[in-house]
Amino acid sequence: MTLSGPAVCLGKDIDTDLVIAGRYLRTKDTSVWAEHVFEDLDPTLASQLKGTVIVAGNNMGCGSSREQAPVAIREAGAIAVIAPSFARIFFRNAINVGLPVIECDGLTCEDGSTVTISLEDGWVEADGARHPIRPLSGRMQDILAAGGLVPYWRNK
Amino acid sequence: MSTLSERILGGPAGTYVDRTVDRAFAHDGTGVLAMEAFRKMGVAQPARPETVSIIYDHLAPANTSQTATLQKELREFSAAAGFTLTDVGGGICHQLMSEGRVLPGEVVVGADSHSCTTGAFGAFSTGVGATDMAAIWAEGSTWFRVPETINIELTGRLPAWCEAKDIVLTVTGQIGMDGGTYRALEYTGDGAAALSMAGRLTLCNMAVECGAKTGLFYADKTTQEYLAQYGHSVERQEPEDTTYCRELSVDLADMEPVISVPHRVDTVAPVTDYTGTPLDQVFVGTCTNGRYEDLERFAGIVRGGEVACRTIVVPASRAIMQQAAETGILAEIIAAGCMVGPPGCGPCLGMHMGVLGEGETALSTANRNFKNRMGVGAEYYLGSVATAAASALKGEITSPEGAL
Repeated sequence: MTLSGPAVCLGKDIDTDLVIAGRYLRTKDTSVWAEHVFEDLDPTLASQLKGTVIVAGNNMGCGSSREQAPVAIREAGAIAVIAPSFARIFFRNAINVGLPVIECDGLTCEDGSTVTISLEDGWVEADGARHPIRPLSGRMQDILAAGGLVPYWRNK
Repeated sequence: MSTLSERILGGPAGTYVDRTVDRAFAHDGTGVLAMEAFRKMGVAQPARPETVSIIYDHLAPANTSQTATLQKELREFSAAAGFTLTDVGGGICHQLMSEGRVLPGEVVVGADSHSCTTGAFGAFSTGVGATDMAAIWAEGSTWFRVPETINIELTGRLPAWCEAKDIVLTVTGQIGMDGGTYRALEYTGDGAAALSMAGRLTLCNMAVECGAKTGLFYADKTTQEYLAQYGHSVERQEPEDTTYCRELSVDLADMEPVISVPHRVDTVAPVTDYTGTPLDQVFVGTCTNGRYEDLERFAGIVRGGEVACRTIVVPASRAIMQQAAETGILAEIIAAGCMVGPPGCGPCLGMHMGVLGEGETALSTANRNFKNRMGVGAEYYLGSVATAAASALKGEITSPEGAL
């Protein structure tokens, strides 16, 4: 399966407070998180994420363990997040909620340009250049393929 | 020869292992989501409910009917599941786990990023998200990638006006916000051995601020004496001659009071570079610096004086608050004009009372100064308890040198 969408370029060290602020966590309603995703970074982003591939810098998702962060990104419609490195809890959380996260170095990001990802073959294509991605562990691939840890567990 | 993480997890760095989780915990924030995920997994009963703690600290006591309802739901779920619940007023999860619930050599997982705190006992203690926590409830175990380890050797003695917080801010400044990603930090050396348990907890608490999976101290005499208070008799752990992925040496004698400048934890500067910056609020507390030793140090500086700006002090647990009441330091803190809040996270993550207004500036003893975290449009500096106390008395950023 390949994923493809226009890039949304973000900086490095995007913390989970920037992804979804603490003041929106007093609910279980995922649409609230989707509506306010990245609000403190750029309040116009939330409405533009449908079908996009987020391309971030190093240490994406640093900070808190709030799982609402990858859920907010997924619910806002982004189809994947690419970064040279991720904060480990965010990375694990994203896989667990079925949001593809891809570790890939050397990508030059240009807002709106098409990014294509092949998880099976292990590459990302952007600006005509193909970059290898760091493979997920077998179990993480299985969890992601199942759509997250809850469906993975139910199928077990 | 192994690092402490390799020894506890039972595999070399870089490998994946499955491990039984000796202690698992969640708070009122992550616990609600974990409950939702657990229900969706369709599991009838948790595997090892006797190992699970639920601790209400993020919104304690509940601030709206909406959060009170969520807390009620989790309370009922927790009782049915057979978990141990500490309700509002008990304190911060990491502090309660530090009060005799974590032992050296254990695998400890909390649904909160600062779960690295209890690595101070020589446990492998780390944070996960809510769905991982639900799977741990269901299965009693989880997977880990065994981390590489950065060794931080502390030598020498801290000057009187510096404390553990200055060490950890300095180290975070050196390593950077992503310098420890996927790795563990081990603190060794005579300077580490000389630190109190409270100081060690402060250091390990902030391991995640440079991306690390956990921070660890080897269990020694200090650990044994501390845990003996809670009725535990534990073995010491000795470091082995091992290979670290990076080694840092920090001479504590060179330490000076430092602060993290908005909005990055790793932007660390001497307090004196910011002397005179006006403050609207000082906040003392959190899983980083809300322990008895911290309150005692704070009281020692504000005693007999009067704070010159809004100052909020939040003990990290009921036991700490009670001890501070019994020894009289709480009365001294109140007499100096501070407001004392109920044990819990307080304003740290901007969800509860004590948050900042737009354009306000604060100094906090917490662990994160991310943009808008403690109040939209506010700026806040992170510093030690002594820096917070000296600054509160003046209403502006002030070095504690000379205040002690």
